[in-house]
Amino acid sequence: MLCQNIHCGLFEFCCFNWIIISGGTMAVLKIKFSFQRRVHLAQGLWLLSWVAMFSGGVTFCMGLFLKMELLRRAEVMHTTDIHVVPNLLMVVGLASVGINLFAGRVCQDSMDSTRFTQWKNVMIPYFGVSLFFTSMLIVAMALSYALQPNLEESLKVGLKNGIRFYKDTDTPGRCFQKETIDRLQVEFRCCGNTNFKDWFEVQWISNRYLDFTSKEVNDRVRSNVDGRYLMDGVPFSCCNPASPRPCIQEHLTDNSAHFNYDYHSEELNLHNRGCREALVNYFMGLMNTIGPCVLSVFFVQMSVLASLRYLQTAMAALEGQENVEVETEGYILEKGVKETLNEAKETLKKLLQLGQVDAEPAPGDAEAAEGKAAS
Amino acid sequence: MAVLKVKFTKTKRDKLAQVLWVLNWISVVTGLILFSLGLFLKVELEKRRELMAERELHSVPNMLITVGLIACAINFLGGKICYDCVDTNKFLRWKLVMLPYIILTFFFTLCILVGALMCYSMRGELEEALVVGLQDAMRFYKDTDTPGRCFLKRTVDLLQIQFQCCGNTGHRDWFQIQWVSNRYLDMSCKEVVDRIRSNVEGKYLMDGVPFSCCNVNSPRPCIQYQITNNSAHYNYDYQSEELNLWKRGCRQALLEYYTSIMHSIGFIVLIIWLFELSVLTGVRYLQTALENVLRQGDPECESDGYLLETSLAETARSNFNIIKSLGKLNQINTTDSDRDPNINRPSTAHYGPDNVPPKQIPLAS
Repeated sequence: MLCQNIHCGLFEFCCFNWIIISGGTMAVLKIKFSFQRRVHLAQGLWLLSWVAMFSGGVTFCMGLFLKMELLRRAEVMHTTDIHVVPNLLMVVGLASVGINLFAGRVCQDSMDSTRFTQWKNVMIPYFGVSLFFTSMLIVAMALSYALQPNLEESLKVGLKNGIRFYKDTDTPGRCFQKETIDRLQVEFRCCGNTNFKDWFEVQWISNRYLDFTSKEVNDRVRSNVDGRYLMDGVPFSCCNPASPRPCIQEHLTDNSAHFNYDYHSEELNLHNRGCREALVNYFMGLMNTIGPCVLSVFFVQMSVLASLRYLQTAMAALEGQENVEVETEGYILEKGVKETLNEAKETLKKLLQLGQVDAEPAPGDAEAAEGKAAS
Repeated sequence: MAVLKVKFTKTKRDKLAQVLWVLNWISVVTGLILFSLGLFLKVELEKRRELMAERELHSVPNMLITVGLIACAINFLGGKICYDCVDTNKFLRWKLVMLPYIILTFFFTLCILVGALMCYSMRGELEEALVVGLQDAMRFYKDTDTPGRCFLKRTVDLLQIQFQCCGNTGHRDWFQIQWVSNRYLDMSCKEVVDRIRSNVEGKYLMDGVPFSCCNVNSPRPCIQYQITNNSAHYNYDYQSEELNLWKRGCRQALLEYYTSIMHSIGFIVLIIWLFELSVLTGVRYLQTALENVLRQGDPECESDGYLLETSLAETARSNFNIIKSLGKLNQINTTDSDRDPNINRPSTAHYGPDNVPPKQIPLAS
């Protein structure tokens, strides 16, 4: 079939060899490319590389945004494990801009086959690096779900500390904990770690503002082992603005302290959910929005790489031929998957062995030495 | 004596037409920007509608929205005209339309200027609306069971939290109204009854504020009740305590917020006005240059472009005369018919003492 388009006898010879070779091994996903199809492929790939570059920029921005959000709440997070997700996204975003710039450049050069040959040696390492970075996208997505328990644990410890140090507005290093926790509870409409009862177990009023001459204060402080002033009250930031009545912050469990008040049936007075749950939901919501975007970027990038591979193999077949308008074949892998892997293993072994010192003398040298010794 | 005359060669004319085409498309984009600015302002005013009394505030964003849409249409047409002006044949199509278009656009740019100035003048109306609106909102704070007002408490609370303000002018405004509903007051308690009887209108007034007035930056837990009573709280001095509650009044906070929005919008609209004016000037030069080309007959020749053909005073006078004569069109004009050769009237020529008209000499065939 190929020989129909060929005029020169030399090409007939090459064509013959090709039939023999392709009859022996099985290339992966072979496609025939006429000259027109190659040109269309190059043009389409050039456009696609610009789209992929743009989506790489979008990935970088998404990673940056996620990182900014995590940093904003860094004071209530104990560990920074979760930061690996936005870091990965940023690195991959930057790398994909470079990858796609290179792909566009190769596309432009593929129109002229003499310029195309200069990229020959770089292509295989380039594909390796690109595949590595593109697979990092899937890794980032997987990590964002796998690290959720870590995030929850980190928030649990961070919030516990925040609530414990709420009253220490005079201790350097902790003086902004009160402001942080108050702003957090107001913004995320939450109260406490798991719920508002966490405030009952902590002294959140500093001793500076407690009148120790008063009998009531002394009673409370003495009533527990650690000597803390515990009360069934919460800070003002727990108050729910949607409540129909003015906020009840103190004596929450005491029904008789307030007119027309029942602790068990009152739902709108304070925020019901805990801040840990609120923050986890917020961050998982962010990552769930970013997830599909990352997946689509992955598909775009893979299609760019696949098209570039087809273009490269189709153009490589033109090497040494004078007629550039001949039909060629493009493929993903030259031989089958197993054979390619074996070849790759052999090449790696050779590269590793190059560094080793050759201890065994060559047989020729040994004979020469023996001969010399004999004579 | 033409005003600001500039000589245009053929290439200069073509270049001017192309540049104006691009500038007109940019003006379409700026028209869209105007439209979106008006929409943004309208949305911001609607969001806080409950806190503002009824005033003519929506005229400003509505004006910006209409002006933006009309600007898009006008500049789209302008772009089409300039695109056709490169070719002198196609210009003939637009010749009669161009002058009315320029005059219309000139008056339209005045509308843009009016829109920009309105942005700056809105502040007075807004302040009035806010004074009355906030007063009412605070008065109805406790009416969470009255339909139509039940969300006012939430609105005011969220406002005070978001804008970091308390009351109308300051936190003392809350001392003068009853913000705790009677549903939650124990009327059998002596203290409550005393307070209610202590003022003429029977309102439960106290020196306390809602929780939303609390300042997040305060080092101590918020003191909301018995604010003026130093002995009610340990280590507390009402006069020197600054961080406990928000200091600003909500009227000032909202006014500053809206003023900054409107000043930025006004500034952007002024820049858009200047841009439109410059595009219009370019179109006028192009129109006069092309008309002079047609007058001279040779499409390749150099022609003059100017803003006005004669000086400003003469142009004004001639336009005034045109308007005057337009007004006289309907009147029966006796004096004019003397000069009109088409109207048949008896000859008043004098042909000598006998007054006999001479014989007509027949034409040679």
